[in-house]
Amino acid sequence: MHYYNEEDLDRFGEIAKYKPELFEKFLAWYQACQEEGELSRREKALIGLAVAVTVQCPYCIDAFTNSCLENGSNMDQMTEAMHLASAIRGGASMIHGIQAHNAHDKISM
Amino acid sequence: MQQAVQISRTRTSEPLPSPVSFKQKLGDAVLNAFTIDTLQVNVGKLCNQACKHCHVDASPNRTEIMGRDVVDSCLRVLADSEIGTLDITGGAPELNPEFRYLVTQARGFGCHVIVRHNLTVIFEPGQAELPEFFAENRVEVISSLPYFTASQTDNQRGSGVFDKSIEALKRLNAVGYGVKDGLVLNLVYNPVGAFLPPLQETIETDFKRELRDRYDIVFNELFTITNMPIARFLDWLRRSGNETSYMTKLVSAFNPATFPGLMCRTLISVDWTGRLFDCDFNQMLEMPLDSGLPQTIFDFDIGKLATRRIVTADHCFGCTAGSGSSCGGSVAV
Repeated sequence: MHYYNEEDLDRFGEIAKYKPELFEKFLAWYQACQEEGELSRREKALIGLAVAVTVQCPYCIDAFTNSCLENGSNMDQMTEAMHLASAIRGGASMIHGIQAHNAHDKISM
Repeated sequence: MQQAVQISRTRTSEPLPSPVSFKQKLGDAVLNAFTIDTLQVNVGKLCNQACKHCHVDASPNRTEIMGRDVVDSCLRVLADSEIGTLDITGGAPELNPEFRYLVTQARGFGCHVIVRHNLTVIFEPGQAELPEFFAENRVEVISSLPYFTASQTDNQRGSGVFDKSIEALKRLNAVGYGVKDGLVLNLVYNPVGAFLPPLQETIETDFKRELRDRYDIVFNELFTITNMPIARFLDWLRRSGNETSYMTKLVSAFNPATFPGLMCRTLISVDWTGRLFDCDFNQMLEMPLDSGLPQTIFDFDIGKLATRRIVTADHCFGCTAGSGSSCGGSVAV
């Protein structure tokens, strides 16, 4: 027994069972963001995968892995995107070390 | 030759787990042929490779190849009709002893000849000068290269195939393919797995850049082809647990805008025994032409066949998904 089921990704639309007008707005925004624009679909798919890994959403990781492949990316490129996202996440932790420095310096002689 | 993988046991009698049938999706639409401008001749299942996605189940162990009598009948049809293109496929068609006869005879009466050439066959005994043979006969060469890196290509087509393919492409370039007018070299991309191809123009740009920068290789066009859920690829889908999700993906991407460009509407397919089919996929599934039509190359009648009703089944979702798929690549924007 686990909370995440692969099949649930296909049930995304069921969120509209309640407050459908809000889900419709969300879906229009979500889809519009992925359209070709100043960034290509491929660039957006790589950003999506990087964010998906960062927010650790298994559904998003599944969806954006497919999207990356279907936009012509390979695993080396996808791995670079995932490393960058993870490195930023690591950096976000590391920069808080300055807070520790500050705290240390404040109370130390 | 490389060791063959197993021959698929998947047959058309085993239904695909499609959420709806292709006939339901078609609704009131009718798929008829517009004309026949191409005779696609599958000269047999013998191949020096045994690719994981092969819809023909071709391999070095297959023995079914077209003989001279069927070849001559194909040539008669081409000579006596307005069909301007001969599209030769297999297997590796070059391994059929009648291959060069078929090409030279067809070229002799002005037929445009396409060969679906797997590149590595030039390393088989007696095949080293194939690039020169192709060039002398002004054959259009269409070759599969699923990706511009070795790992993806070898995963699908067998260990060492990528390096051999690169060497073969260099030899084709050396005789003028992809370089000189009239010596056309087109490549085919198909996904290495259970996903749809990228936009053709996007991945073509990548292939041209990467093959030029990495290997100094040039070519004319890249065609994207969707993996068809039949035969060996269907076996893989089932073994890997991807069958249902792949069919759902194809059905979700169903695109009626692909209809006008579907290859079955302008092509007719011949198998190694001379039987006729709407396409090479129907041929492998042994789905004959609509009843009442001539069924073999021996009783070919273009008047009866040119606007025939196309026989469809759920595997047809493969050609109608997204931008569509045909022997000439995507068919819709």
